Order: sequence, then C-alpha cells, then structure tokens
Amino acid sequence: MSFGPFLLLALLEGTVMAAVLALTAVGLSLVFGVMRVVNVAHGEFFMLGAVGAWFITYYLPLPPGLAWLVALIIAPLVVGAIAALADVTILKRLKYDPEATIVATIGLLYILQQAALTFYGPDARPVEPPFSLRLQFPWFGYSGYKLFVVAAAGAILLAVWLFMTRTKAGLVMRATQVDMETARAFGINVDRVYAGTFALGAALAAAAAVLIVPIQQAHYLMGHDPLLLSFIVVIIGGLGSIRGTLIAALLIGLSDGVISMFFSPTLAKIIATLLVAMVLVFRPQGLFGARA
Amino acid sequence: MIEVRALTAGYGPVTVLRDLNFRADAGQITCIMGRNGAGKSTLMKAIMGLVPASSGSIVLNGQDVTRLPAHQVPLQGIAYVPQGRRLFGPLTVAENIAIGLNARRKGQATRDFVLDLFPRLGERLEQVASTLSGGEQQMLAIARALCLEPQVLLLDEPTEGLQPSMIALIRDTILKLKASGMATVLVEQRVDAVLKMADRVAFMMHGRVEAEAEARDLTAASPQFQEFVGV
Repeated sequence: MSFGPFLLLALLEGTVMAAVLALTAVGLSLVFGVMRVVNVAHGEFFMLGAVGAWFITYYLPLPPGLAWLVALIIAPLVVGAIAALADVTILKRLKYDPEATIVATIGLLYILQQAALTFYGPDARPVEPPFSLRLQFPWFGYSGYKLFVVAAAGAILLAVWLFMTRTKAGLVMRATQVDMETARAFGINVDRVYAGTFALGAALAAAAAVLIVPIQQAHYLMGHDPLLLSFIVVIIGGLGSIRGTLIAALLIGLSDGVISMFFSPTLAKIIATLLVAMVLVFRPQGLFGARA
Repeated sequence: MIEVRALTAGYGPVTVLRDLNFRADAGQITCIMGRNGAGKSTLMKAIMGLVPASSGSIVLNGQDVTRLPAHQVPLQGIAYVPQGRRLFGPLTVAENIAIGLNARRKGQATRDFVLDLFPRLGERLEQVASTLSGGEQQMLAIARALCLEPQVLLLDEPTEGLQPSMIALIRDTILKLKASGMATVLVEQRVDAVLKMADRVAFMMHGRVEAEAEARDLTAASPQFQEFVGV
C-alpha cells in the first residue's frame, strides 16, 4: 500500500481513538472543572462500562445488536449511579478537599478493580459488535462499526454540549463551577450538583467504553490506559476546559494513530507524554485553561 | 422582619461574631458600619448560612432559619449582594439573571421589573458578565439578587470602587427598593451615604454590634463615627 492510503488508514484509526478519548476525557474534565476533584478512579468507571456491557449482552436474551443498544443505555446509567453513591458516601464526607479526594479516588480505583476481578474474573472477554459492516475503499476495507463509534461519540458530545449550554441544569453546573459559595447564595444545592456531575463524568467514561468494547474486549485492568490518556488530554487542553479537552483529544488521537501506524505505538505514547511535559513547563494552565 | 439573636459564628476554629444582636425592619434601610475586620461581611454571610453559627439564632418573620442548609436560605426570601459583586463572570448577563430567577422560580414579570430598574442591562443581555464595566457589574449583582423578589436584601458595600455617577444611581435604586417595603441591610463605610439613606445604623466592633442609633439622631460630627469607623 502506498503512502497516501496508508496515511488515510492511520487517520481513520486516530479519529476512532480521538472520539473515544474525547468522550472519556470530557467526563474527567467536567468533574475537575465543576468539583475541583482529580478523579483517579475515572479509568475504572470506563472499565465498569465495558464489563457492564459484557454482562448485559451476555445475559440478556436479545439479538446482539439490540442487547448492545440496551448496554449503551443501561451501563452508563448504572455506572453513573455507582459514581453518585461514591460521591455522597466518600467525597462529600471529605468536603471535596483536593488532596484527600485524590487519595480517596485511588482507594476507589482499587475497590472497583478488585470488585470487577471478583465478580467478572481475570479474563478478557469479547462483546459482539451490534452490526457487521465492511466499507470497501479502493485501497483497503475498513470497519463500518468503527466509523459508527466516531459518529456516536460525536452525537453524545454534542448532547453534552447542548445540555451544558441550553438547559437549566447545565447553567446551574456552570454557575457552580465559577463560584460555589455564590451559587449556594442563589439557592443552588451544590451537593446535588456535585453528585450529578460526578455521575455524568463517570457515565460518559462508561458510554465511551461501551462504544469501544466490541473492538477492544472487556478486562478488569483496562482502565489504566484511558485514565492516563485522559489526564494527558485534559492537561494539554486545560483542566476544566471542555473545548480544550476536545481539541487535545483530537490532537492526541490523530497523532497516536499516525505515529503508531508509521513508527510504533510506544513512540506515540512517548511523544504524547513529552507534549504534556512541555505544556506543564511552558503553559501550565493548558492550551485553553484559565490562568490560576 | 429579620432578627439576629446572640449569634456566635466564624470560620472553623476562628470565631468572628460573638454574641451578636441585630435587627432589620421592613421598609427600612439598616446600615452596618465598622472598621475593617469588625465582622460586617461575616455577619452577611452568617445570615445567608454561608458561615455556620455555633450558637444563637437568625429569625426571619418569626421563623428560625439558623440551621437551614445555605442553599435554602435564599428560598425563604433573603437575597445577598456580596462584596466585590461575585458575579458568575464567564456567564452572560441573561444567564446571571436566570440564576437569580431560578432560585425562587420567578418568571417574566420579575425579569421585566429588574430590567426596567436597570435598562442598561437589557441592552447587554448577551454580553459576558466579566466584560461589563464596574458600575454595570454592580447593577447586575443587584438585579440578580432582586430576581428572588426578596423580603430582606443584604448589600455588602455596593458602591465600593464605583465612579460618583454610578454611586448616585445605585443609591437611588436602593431608596426606590426601600419604598417597596423591603428590609434592606447595607454595609457602608461612607458617612455621607449613611446619613442620606439609612433609617437606623448599627456600629460593629470586634464581632459585636456595640451601638445602634436612629439615623435622624446622627450628624457627620457624631462621636459614633469617630469611635467605630475612625472618620
């Protein structure tokens, strides 16, 4: 295959990765932006989404496509509910202290991981794609499902943007993000906003996992990479900046796709990590973050 | 209307208000004066439930609101214009007003009322709040609070840092609101403003109201101003 088609294939792979990464990282960014909580357990919510999708598609007596669709709705809801419970029982009791919540979410990471190991087991298990479609380009064939992942992630991100900018609940979340004390003085139940934000962040990670699990398989240790990449993305984009997160996800996803294809996946990770280091040195607030 | 009885409150282990008594009546402007650190802003925050009370009580129309969660205090009809305005800066003027309206589920009539009071805000509804001038930001802070249709309005130094024409406008607005029967609590450091606007003045020192006076009994030369404000 010549360079042009090879580059096209790399860009397609990168776009799929960018879409899923954007969805996962926006959840992390929302939680930090509104609550000022660095959620180290975010990758485990991703993992729970994938494992949940496996359970639902395996045990639900429905055709694979329909079962997967049910998983796309139910798994994020269940993971969101688990996150809201974690917020109320752990983070709220710590008064959202930035350092204490980092330690607490590390603990939560291990609890969720070990729970998955106990109830799901150590094996990687496949989830059948909801449909099988192969798009034939002149130079190579490509999975139609992968392009569907990009479209679905885009649709979910658009829904999140509309929710944040066009609804009362989104307005309340943005006001709380700006000034939590003044928000309280205007009748906003900040505890409820925090629980909702933590649930939404986790649900987005879970939705990303349900989308990608037919390509990747579900495994109880699969949360590490999404967590690391999400941190890379939100640091480059600017902690708490949704716009920055989306642009950084595209940048990291595409560069990862291209570098992995032409050189090696390890080099792609090295370059992404170097990029984070450079951002931290020269622009610590990230490309689109507000200066502290 | 609102009465603070033997209130002790502060930040964690630091007690700021000590056994403080204070009252504000409907249709009156009650000014609070005192030196920096006297506890004026802390009193405002304590009334709003933003600073927890360790003892004493805050009673609004006979109902004890001391132990209510902070977000429920404004729902009882107490609105707050904080020192430094504290607008939701990245949000637009319209969105800041919407936050005020949502608090007590007020509608178009209330929105129209505040925009009639400050027509300049009506011309800037889609402008981001942080890009307004200082005077416009103060208008928005007051408008946002008035969206709650409060019975009690707490204003913490609303004319601080504003140019004279804007100060006059804000003062006229406060006097208009008094006529509507609202109880207004105003933290103010300027003697001339207090003498023009206040019905009663409470002088604070070391976290207590140490003296009170009817404004009509005070002049610029009254010794209370020297003793409690240092002017």
